[in-house]
Amino acid sequence: MHNFLKLLLTPEFFFSILRISAPIIFATLAAVVVEKAGFANIGLEGLMMFSALSGSLASYYSHSWFWGLLAALATGIIMSLVMGFFAFQLKTDIILVGIAINMMGSGGTLFLCKVITNLTEGKAMASTTGLITRSLCIPDIKIPILNSIPFLGSVLSGHNLLTYLAFILVALTSLILYKTPLGLNIRSVGENADAASSVGVSVLRVKYIAMAFSGLMSGFGGAFMSMAYAQGWSQDMVSGRGFIALAAQAMGGGECLGGMLSAIMFGFAQALGIKFSAIGMDSNLASPIPYAVTIIGLVVFALIRISRAKKRRSAALVKEEGRLLGQGQA
Amino acid sequence: MTCQTEKSPADETFVVQMKGITKIYPNGVAANLEVDFNLRRGEIHALMGENGAGKSTLMKILFGMEQPTGGEIIFNGEKLEITSPTVAINHGIGMVHQHFMLVPSLSVAENIVLGMVPRKSGMFIDRAKAIEITREYAERFNLRVEPESRVMDIPVGMKQKVEILKALVRGAKILIMDEPTAVLTSQETADLFVELRHLKEQGYTIVFISHKLNEIMEITDRLTITRNGRSMGVYNTRDVTKEDISRLMVGRDVVLTVQKEKAVPGNVVLRVRDLKYMNDWGRKMLDGISFDVRRGEILGIAGVEGNGQKELVDMLFNFNVPNTGSVTVNGAGILGMPQQKIRELGVSLVPEDRMLFGIAASASIEENVISDRIGAKRLNNGPLFNMKAIREESDRLIREYAVLCKSRRQHVGMLSGGNIQKVVVAREFSNDPVLILADQPTRGIDVGATEFIHRKLIELSRSGVAVLLVSADLNEVMELSDSLIVMYNGQIAAYFDDTADLTDEIMGSYMLGLKHQTEKEVRRACHE
Repeated sequence: MHNFLKLLLTPEFFFSILRISAPIIFATLAAVVVEKAGFANIGLEGLMMFSALSGSLASYYSHSWFWGLLAALATGIIMSLVMGFFAFQLKTDIILVGIAINMMGSGGTLFLCKVITNLTEGKAMASTTGLITRSLCIPDIKIPILNSIPFLGSVLSGHNLLTYLAFILVALTSLILYKTPLGLNIRSVGENADAASSVGVSVLRVKYIAMAFSGLMSGFGGAFMSMAYAQGWSQDMVSGRGFIALAAQAMGGGECLGGMLSAIMFGFAQALGIKFSAIGMDSNLASPIPYAVTIIGLVVFALIRISRAKKRRSAALVKEEGRLLGQGQA
Repeated sequence: MTCQTEKSPADETFVVQMKGITKIYPNGVAANLEVDFNLRRGEIHALMGENGAGKSTLMKILFGMEQPTGGEIIFNGEKLEITSPTVAINHGIGMVHQHFMLVPSLSVAENIVLGMVPRKSGMFIDRAKAIEITREYAERFNLRVEPESRVMDIPVGMKQKVEILKALVRGAKILIMDEPTAVLTSQETADLFVELRHLKEQGYTIVFISHKLNEIMEITDRLTITRNGRSMGVYNTRDVTKEDISRLMVGRDVVLTVQKEKAVPGNVVLRVRDLKYMNDWGRKMLDGISFDVRRGEILGIAGVEGNGQKELVDMLFNFNVPNTGSVTVNGAGILGMPQQKIRELGVSLVPEDRMLFGIAASASIEENVISDRIGAKRLNNGPLFNMKAIREESDRLIREYAVLCKSRRQHVGMLSGGNIQKVVVAREFSNDPVLILADQPTRGIDVGATEFIHRKLIELSRSGVAVLLVSADLNEVMELSDSLIVMYNGQIAAYFDDTADLTDEIMGSYMLGLKHQTEKEVRRACHE
């Protein structure tokens, strides 16, 4: 046990927690914003799969990770807007749209990958890992001064560009939601769409914006998966991160910071699972850890929420009684 | 009492003239028929009428939420098409909805500036400015609000002030207030009136939708009365009495008569004693209700909606529990009893909202009519249904209650309103009830089905069933009932043991709170 702790308390372990958390954070931010706008996008998983594929393919064909990243983002945004069109304008149930995107994200990406690689290479591939070289990945960044601090330096420096961006975006998203008119509109549409539209806020427009934001975040998440976490796209490589993000959103109380902390917790659980299998534990035992943590986390979150609601109700009751009493005397 | 005639369209004092407004919905319901409505600048104008008289529709048309099928609107002397609320707002027309259009988790100031948020450095919300705007308007119009509190934490009265401020900040000069006092306590109502007078002094025009006579007499300058979609005229408030208004507002255009033998009431079946209920906002909805319903009689409950009838029925079928009081059916207390148990005592309910509580729309007629008796021995063969018995029973009920349908397998949701109600009634009337609670049993259904249900109700009551009939339809409640209660403000305002000599006028005066019987007279509703 003691040895095992020693194994855990290494800078590499903490480094890996942050690295593993990054894509979950992107997806969590997507979930947070759409939830604030009053709906759920359960298609994050599928969006990330498509972005991961388009990112790696575009970087291969353009010989530039930058164009690959842009392609991943564009894919996320365009596909999320299509989802929005189906859900908001053709009035399809948004959960069904999400399920469709997820299923396409699993089977459709493989199909696309085979078709596209076969067309140009003459031989279909089931993954793009063979096409992507190190130079086509999004670069890691060494932060000059931080780098030289022992322990902390090796935890915080040298991460991928997108890992840093994920944490910056947590703050930016929070800023947008709470400090800008757009954020105010998003929150009002989510809470009382009639109230928002009665003062001239375009509910449809706000919903599309929230949807596009979730696409953008999925684009970052997908690009991270195929162009930073792994070299190239492979089948089902997002492996549930889009769903874990939905849980992280709920556990984080629907807020950016809470969502980020929950995402890091999931990152920790996954890193732990990897560590366990690394020291020879049966991977069948290690791999369920993140999911067990999800369930436990959600239970804890639900309990907290119930007790909070109880407190608030009784506080309101006390206030109301006081008011009635005051009236009786007046 | 003289009805005003207003003919000159060029009259400068009118800010709004609605002429010959007709609104017929696609389903054929006429909400407004050739209604004229004029507003003078700087007046408080009451728009009165019973529920369903068309007053809300008329104001939705003025606010652009509904488009009229006929007629025109003249705004400041020029014809104006109000195609959306945005057009109305841009012309200075604001509406304070009965159900507040507020976002609970946002602050008061944020709610007020929503949609027109002040910015700083181009992209951020200028909170200080929002609060300043709120303070400025709140002070100018003497509407005290807490700009920084979240809307979910403030009392109802303040929420209404926020709604008024929202309209004023957007430049409203005409305020439409849809039953503003319905949710307020008496103190909050008094405050509101002070604020409305203050607005009037500053030249604002206010439309006050209500059916509360005392408030109308106190606050308004003129009033327009609607009944069954038509205007009953425009009057100066000081020229009319409450009795005049009541006569104009409450009344039947056609008196239907129903043939029935005289009731011979037997033992008490439903006994209600001293029911009191205060809702979550601190309003007394039931204030000491006591009455009995006996075997073989139809007891009617009349009243303008919102005077406690809904709450009363909720208590009788355990949709809600009162603060105090008792309810017994043949001696057994039923308050808080599960609905299945209440039904086992022989109580049937024809609910007000048939789509929500009366039927399962996507289930078949057959499934709906047997849903209250699926445990009955005759319909079961051990653990399985006896499909033959069920088929026979549902076919018999469909025949007996003349439900117009393709087959017993048809989805109830596909039927017309009248036939849906017949399905409800077929179930509720056929399980040997001792007490039938009929809540608005014929609302919105065709004449044929209405007549059929009326006949069935009389038939059952004459065979010894106790019937409690709650209805906002004056014809129905006056013609069917053997004895009658009028509810006003959560109390029984009147009890009549014989409905034969009742006139619309007498009913109106009790329904609108002009008259109230003595405690002793009301006590006659209890047959001890």
